[in-house]
Amino acid sequence: MTQRIKFYQTGTFTVGNRLLDAERRTVQATVDRSNSLTSGHRACQGCGEALGARYAVDAAMRAANGQVIAVNATGCLEVFSTPYPETSWQVPWFHSLFGNAPAVASGVAAAMRAKGRTDVRVIGQGGDGGTVDIGFGCLSGMFERNDDVLYLCYDNEAYMNTGVQRSGRTPPGARTATTPAVGNKPGAEFGQGKNPALIAMAHNIPYVATASIADLHDLEAKVTKAMAIEGSRYVHIHVPCPLGWGSLPRDTMRIARLAVESGLFPLFEAEHGEVTDVTPIRRKVPVDEYLKPQRRFAHLFRQPPDRESISAIQAIADRNIAKFGLLRQEGEV
Amino acid sequence: MSMPKRPFAITLDVGSSLANLTGSWRTERPVYVDRLPPCNAACPAGENIQGWLYHAEEGDYHAAWQVLMRDNPMPAVHGRVCYHPCEDSCNRRQLDEPVSIHAVERFLGDQAIRHGWKVECAPESGKRVLVVGAGPSGLAAAYHLRRMGHAAVIHDAGPLPGGMMRFGIPKYRLPRDVLDGEIRRIEEMGVEIRLNSKVENLVGLMNEGGFDAAFVAVGAHLARRVDIPARDAGKILDAANVLRGMETGAPPRLGRRVVIYGGGNTALDVARTAKRLGADEALIVYRRTREQMPAHDFEVEEALEEGVLVRWLSTIKRIDQTTFTVERMTLDATGWPQPTGEFETLEADTLILALGQDVDTSFMRAIPGVVFRKDGVVEVDRNMMTGHRGLFAGGDMVPSERTVTVAVGHGKRAARNIDAYLRGTTHEAPPKHEVVAFEMLNTWYYTDADKMVQPALDMIRRRTTFEEVTGGLDETNALFEARRCLSCGNCFECDNCYGVCPDNAVIKLGPGNRFRFNYDFCKGCGLCAAECPCGAIVMVPETI
Amino acid sequence: MLQQIEGSQAIAQAVALCRPEVICAYPITPQTHIVEGLSEIVREGRIGNCQFLNVESEFAALSVAIGASAAGARAYTATSSQGLLFMAEAVYNAAGLGLPIVMTIGNRAIGAPINIWNDHSDSMSMRDSGWVQLYAETNQEAADLHFQAFRLAEELSMPVMVCVDGFILTHAYEQVDVPSQAEVDAYLPPFEPVQVLDPADPVSIGAMVGPEAFFEVRYLAHHKQLQALEMIPRLAGAFARAFGRESGGLVVPYRTEGAKTVIVALGSVVGTIKDTIDEMRAEGTEIGAVKLATFRPFPLAELRAALIEAERVVVLEKALAAGLGGIAASNVRMALRGLSTPVYTVIAGLGGRVIPTTSLKRAFAEAHADRIDDPHFLDLDWKVIDKELARAKERRRSGPIAENILRGLGLVGQKLF
Ligand SMILES: Cc1cc2nc3c(=O)[nH]c(=O)nc-3n(C[C@H](O)[C@H](O)[C@H](O)COP(=O)(O)OP(=O)(O)OC[C@H]3O[C@@H](n4cnc5c(N)ncnc54)[C@H](O)[C@@H]3O)c2cc1C
Ligand SMILES: Cc1ncc(C[n+]2csc(CCOP(=O)(O)OP(=O)(O)O)c2C)c(N)n1
Ligand code: SF4
Ligand code: SF4
Ligand SMILES: [Mg+2]
Repeated sequence: MTQRIKFYQTGTFTVGNRLLDAERRTVQATVDRSNSLTSGHRACQGCGEALGARYAVDAAMRAANGQVIAVNATGCLEVFSTPYPETSWQVPWFHSLFGNAPAVASGVAAAMRAKGRTDVRVIGQGGDGGTVDIGFGCLSGMFERNDDVLYLCYDNEAYMNTGVQRSGRTPPGARTATTPAVGNKPGAEFGQGKNPALIAMAHNIPYVATASIADLHDLEAKVTKAMAIEGSRYVHIHVPCPLGWGSLPRDTMRIARLAVESGLFPLFEAEHGEVTDVTPIRRKVPVDEYLKPQRRFAHLFRQPPDRESISAIQAIADRNIAKFGLLRQEGEV
Repeated sequence: MSMPKRPFAITLDVGSSLANLTGSWRTERPVYVDRLPPCNAACPAGENIQGWLYHAEEGDYHAAWQVLMRDNPMPAVHGRVCYHPCEDSCNRRQLDEPVSIHAVERFLGDQAIRHGWKVECAPESGKRVLVVGAGPSGLAAAYHLRRMGHAAVIHDAGPLPGGMMRFGIPKYRLPRDVLDGEIRRIEEMGVEIRLNSKVENLVGLMNEGGFDAAFVAVGAHLARRVDIPARDAGKILDAANVLRGMETGAPPRLGRRVVIYGGGNTALDVARTAKRLGADEALIVYRRTREQMPAHDFEVEEALEEGVLVRWLSTIKRIDQTTFTVERMTLDATGWPQPTGEFETLEADTLILALGQDVDTSFMRAIPGVVFRKDGVVEVDRNMMTGHRGLFAGGDMVPSERTVTVAVGHGKRAARNIDAYLRGTTHEAPPKHEVVAFEMLNTWYYTDADKMVQPALDMIRRRTTFEEVTGGLDETNALFEARRCLSCGNCFECDNCYGVCPDNAVIKLGPGNRFRFNYDFCKGCGLCAAECPCGAIVMVPETI
Repeated sequence: MLQQIEGSQAIAQAVALCRPEVICAYPITPQTHIVEGLSEIVREGRIGNCQFLNVESEFAALSVAIGASAAGARAYTATSSQGLLFMAEAVYNAAGLGLPIVMTIGNRAIGAPINIWNDHSDSMSMRDSGWVQLYAETNQEAADLHFQAFRLAEELSMPVMVCVDGFILTHAYEQVDVPSQAEVDAYLPPFEPVQVLDPADPVSIGAMVGPEAFFEVRYLAHHKQLQALEMIPRLAGAFARAFGRESGGLVVPYRTEGAKTVIVALGSVVGTIKDTIDEMRAEGTEIGAVKLATFRPFPLAELRAALIEAERVVVLEKALAAGLGGIAASNVRMALRGLSTPVYTVIAGLGGRVIPTTSLKRAFAEAHADRIDDPHFLDLDWKVIDKELARAKERRRSGPIAENILRGLGLVGQKLF
């Protein structure tokens, strides 16, 4: 996590800040950022995944002096960025299948190692479905071998590309095309959930982090840190999807922020299986504030509201807050 | 068709999506706007507060001061005595506490005095303007006229320039070296100040001096009085005179127990002065409640801290030597004080009346066209011109709030209009932008930063000396405070729009040049507008 | 150098001589010995900087190879049976992306029932994936085909499967001439990819292609196979010139001169067939054989030329297209289209069932006399089949629901297949 800069008007909350030293500004603030994912892609208006991908890959590009190869799983990111005959990628980019991106990335990394190209760094990336469901075997294998790949998961909490079906990351209560808001238990089941970052940590890989597009400095710092490490690294990035979540395109950032501030999406980092830092919640909000602007949760707020489900979701947030110590004071270690 | 060098369809050339102009998806377009910050809107001197804070934020105090000086010639004075309505409307108030604009302003003013920063004037215009009164209004008018290249000559009846800034406001609030420093700088620009020169025949003086226009700002100096049945009353003084006396010759002798009658700032100033002069007891008697006192609350607070006593809801009915009979009042349904018939007595050596001042504009009565209100106040149009062409007026003598800042604002406005008048045109102020409401901001992005507190003199010295009570901010604190500004309504290049656009449709033009939208690719999602911290982007519907 | 070694070791050494840069594997019998051998060779540092990855599945194994190949590395993997099916999606993907990966298939049956023994069901299931499929008759050929496979793959940018019969070859100790590194280097130039992931010249590989271009992409894959058809004999020729022995090629005839009956087969069984033919020839039967060394691309013209004189053709294959019969046989029929030559199918050796010469001889003789049933199931135990069918019939009747349905359909008592 980045140390927050205080007293500089917007400190490190905004993308740039003319009052900060250049090196404290983000990659995204620079005119020479690589725009790894450039204009003309076909992501929906306000797509968080498009944003998250550019944020993360640009940061990786800077960290690796432009020597990056990216491997992409099937999913929205792949489809909206590379429909023949146009690609939005400006980095060497490769798509093979939905469930094999980590293994393909391992292969690219192995090729680079075989060729002695230690300067070239490999990124694997995919949606939550591609990563934590169908690609999880490959991901786990990649972790276990500690292949030199930074894997980025863009978590929009469902299979968006196929039309918003439930994934292993779909939060309880959320309406998707396969967990419709009908019946007496509308929306996704209240299961036990699946926390890929914690599972990644269980592999004892050198670096694991969660990040959000709502906190660019934090995200870039994590990607940069990850890039400085050799071996398997995993960064799980929360990227709201206006289409799938039923939110306004302009609210993408706000919703990402509320996910963090409510405690539903804890930001932390871990090294070799141990949590080393958490990004404290700045202004805690009840989960309602996060849920309400999203139509996928609208059924919880019908008259009378489904207080039971909302409290259950609040309990998840509270558990995260307690578990990760998210209400620590800023700057306090 | 050229031979493609890659395997067909599967392999694509990077960045080729630039051929796909996603701007056609848009139903709303983002547009950069500049909005009027509430502080600027509220400043009676029309300062571009946000504008000068911008430079101060970068630590470029000289640049900041120069922007400030475009509107106000006396930042060191204002940073001390202005009641800063800017801060009352500062949007940051709704976040934590307003930016301490006055403290930064004072810091800049003090820096200018310390470093002897100078003001550039336009080339001589050959026009001459007579200014009557060297109070803040007259000084400001002369300053602005000089900047614009006109000759300005001030005539003042008093022995020293400054008007009420000197003869009203006590030095523990406005040290005289500060006042002198800022007036000197105005003089150094070529403004001539003729002291002890009471103007009686304005039109004659104008003709004699070959003046092309005149600005009158003689203030309000006639102390209001009240009839109190008194027998062998001790000393009855008026506040303006007492305070004036502090600046001329020996300080007035007030006795051990002083009663001050009135509830304005003047009453407080004089009570606090009495305390400093050694009075055991300085008691303010006021008809109404604390909440209704016209004096500013912070001044009441400071006075109470220094031991000034106040008797709210009381009127002085009778004075019998040193015994004052006071009637308790009560507020009626409309909030007006009504007598209760309950009486008390108290002992005092001196009564100081602080009931306000009226204007003395008798010397203008003969001038054709000038219109007076019944209290002598002179009517002016929105260009500060009286009914007599070429004769302008401002400050306390025209209908308005009576503050240094309003007076200075009048001086500026008058100067601009005089300048236009001298060139045979009329001055048209540019249309005002929409004022930025708090709701237009995305305050998430601002750091949590508590207001810097100015140091205060220790209590013993406050009660016994005329040293300045409130200290200034040091460089670090002033910089910090400047950086608390939210830059309401005007892009401050935080790069948020540039960063949050999922379509890279924002073009960064480099430091100082802000940004431009690339409408070829902007899909109109509105993220930039939503995430602009300062509300400088609006979404407007596309017309097909 | 001649060595008396296990087939898998011969293959491992041959692969190593091809200087692969990335090898990845997931164990499955009977492929295991190949990758075990390679892991040792890599660990001993005998292939320079080659990376050996122990992955978590065959899907990952081929995916790693895909990534490595796309990044310009010579990539190799091996699998069998269930493993090949587990990586099926990636098999098609590698071909679609035109990645010159070489994969050895230790041919083995597909379950259920799970069975580790040899047949061709596995590689046959991937016959239309876009990979080249070469079938080895001997361990020498198995080794040699790898040199040719890499060269073919890289020249045409397409993946190649070298199919080697599990156990029969992979685990058999035979004499194999393992060439020297210099010989192999002279035959197999370094890999120069036509498309590569390179930060110095970035491209996007693996775009989504819609109806406007997908068809053309598929046609181009087909066209590549046709190009391979031309290239395989050339490479085999070059191989023979360089190494002084014949290996590979498209179709290899054996004693077909004047043969009225020609047997067509793939893989190691060709050896047994040759023995059978020798015996039958000695007895005066005009019989010969054609080895299908390349199954994909399918050498229609070459095979037709090789079979044009035959009065009948028998395709002996170790795979069964359930519901149809022979797979290779259907392909062979296509090569003979327009001719009246009968093509008999003999399904043999499924799940490792031994194919004795005696059985072959019996079947070939019946075919030679045009008395063979088609398809013919070599050495199928009909007693077992009949008994089981009878049992199944019983049981199915006893289920009241099924019974009722069948009664309703008027099917009760009829044979269901
Ligand atoms: C005790 C006291 C405290 C105050 N404190 C504050 C404060 O803290 N903050 C604030 O904003 N405001 C304060 N004010 C109000 C403020 O001082 C006045 O509103 C302001 O000074 C008015 O400026 P002016 O230029 O109109 O008049 P003045 O300041 O009154 O100046 C008028 C000048 O004209 C001269 N003059 C008068 N008649 C003639 C003539 N015929 N010929 C030539 N010269 C003439 C006078 O000598 C004087 O110098 C205070 C006022 C008093 C009395
Ligand atoms: C093996 C396989 N199964 C299913 C699919 C269909 N499919 C393509 S993308 C996708 C959803 C992707 O979801 P996710 O990985 O979360 O990415 P998102 O689109 O949400 O960004 C699915 C199910 C596929 N392409 N391949
Ligand atoms: S569906 Fe969601 S993830 Fe996919 S492009 Fe649209 S906003 Fe982005
Ligand atoms: S925050 Fe800054 S711009 Fe906004 S009102 Fe306050 S001082 Fe003015
Ligand atoms: Mg998803």
